[in-house]
Amino acid sequence: MIEVENLHKAFDGEEVLKGIDFTFDKSKTNLIIGESGSGKSVLLKCMLGLFTPEKGVIKYDGKPYTEFTEDEKKDLSKQIGMVFQGGALFDSMTVEENVMFPLRMFTKKKKKENLERVREVLKRVNLDGSEKKMPSEISGGMQKRVSIARAIVNRPKYLFCDEPNSGLDPKTATVIDNLIQEITHEYNITTIIITHDMNSVLEIGEKIAFLKDGVLAWKGDKSQIFKTDDETVTDFVYSSNLFQKVREAQQQGL
Amino acid sequence: MNYLHSIGEYFLMLKGTFHRMTKGSVLRGLILKELDDLIIGSMGIVAFLSFFIGAVVALQTALNLNNPLIPKTLIAYAARQSIILEFAPTFISIIMAGKVGSYITSSIGSMNVTEQIDALEVMGINSLNYLIFPKIIAMLFYPFVIAISMFLGVFGAYAAAVFGGFVPPDQFVQGLQEDFIPFHLVYAFIKTFLFAFILATVPAYHGYYMKGGALEVGEASTTSFVWTSVVIIITNYAVTQLLLS
Repeated sequence: MIEVENLHKAFDGEEVLKGIDFTFDKSKTNLIIGESGSGKSVLLKCMLGLFTPEKGVIKYDGKPYTEFTEDEKKDLSKQIGMVFQGGALFDSMTVEENVMFPLRMFTKKKKKENLERVREVLKRVNLDGSEKKMPSEISGGMQKRVSIARAIVNRPKYLFCDEPNSGLDPKTATVIDNLIQEITHEYNITTIIITHDMNSVLEIGEKIAFLKDGVLAWKGDKSQIFKTDDETVTDFVYSSNLFQKVREAQQQGL
Repeated sequence: MNYLHSIGEYFLMLKGTFHRMTKGSVLRGLILKELDDLIIGSMGIVAFLSFFIGAVVALQTALNLNNPLIPKTLIAYAARQSIILEFAPTFISIIMAGKVGSYITSSIGSMNVTEQIDALEVMGINSLNYLIFPKIIAMLFYPFVIAISMFLGVFGAYAAAVFGGFVPPDQFVQGLQEDFIPFHLVYAFIKTFLFAFILATVPAYHGYYMKGGALEVGEASTTSFVWTSVVIIITNYAVTQLLLS
């Protein structure tokens, strides 16, 4: 579980996060949604420790990050898995080497044991057989799956995903969404996903934070978001023509 | 102010590079890879340039020696001095700023724009140490490249002067040995070590702190070449003033 309390972050005097309060639950897919520039990525990077907030507290399993010792911070980073928007796979390494990378860096196990774990994880994300390929030789969807495999190979407690299905076709995007949700339940981890995609919200939005202009404008889950009358939320949710048409059809009783 | 900021940032980067070391077994692999990319990969161009620069220096000296009172041994003497003191360490380092420097800037810059550096940081790895330290260690072998460059430069001079019929072989060898000051080699290798450090770190700085996309990676490579050359030239002047004057 990650709790964010009264989080403020500014760049060059301009406040990007204006007092965010939210709890990201364990064993759930927690979604952060909102328009571009609403502060989603900044919030994520604050939680990852890449940005230092001006004010506020981030608690990992009840303990504020500011109270972590250097060793605890190091341990925490080993418990975090991250799926980047573009995959962020290391170009010079094969799929297998990319997935094995966190194991090589942080475990003292023998190569054979690491390889077994890598094979297991690659199988879990349906990528067995692609071990020796380079990132440039596989599709965008496969790269995302390698990125997920790399993020979970060290059995993390927290999984962060920055728009994991951006640039993918709807079918592959759904596969990725479902894979992340299954892994979240299976490994009992706290998953935080940034997305613009309303299909993802519909599929895996077990807990949702809606940000607007750096403020938490709404929170709830996928069953509530399509029923709310809050205009800031409905403007965003029904900005897609498809969802607009579905809404019109529902209103007409079709 | 911007320059001061960059200089400060560069030294902070150096401080970060020698902090929180990467796991030894991983580092070993990275150093070997950098040795292959930065040192072995540069040997071909260095050999080619050194041979022909040496040959041209000998040719120019020979062609401008019209006074019969000046001994022919001067051709070898002039070639040796210019190759050991300047052409091998400084000129080759400027060429390396283009080859090795651009490679370092663009490889780190590409990792930057594709969030690979963020990925390292999120995993709790000191990206500065992981990316830059192996390059610095690999570049410690740069003096070997320069030693080979010196040898091939002198060999090129010999080939041009002797086979071109400008000086007999024994006189060329005699010229090579004339007034030889061993400290000149020490001076050349001291500055080569400094240039090696500059070649590893200045381009790394430009790649690591660049912002933007693919276009900016190209711009960063160009800027990196210019600044690496400028720093090498200034360092060359300072070291020469300190050690030889």
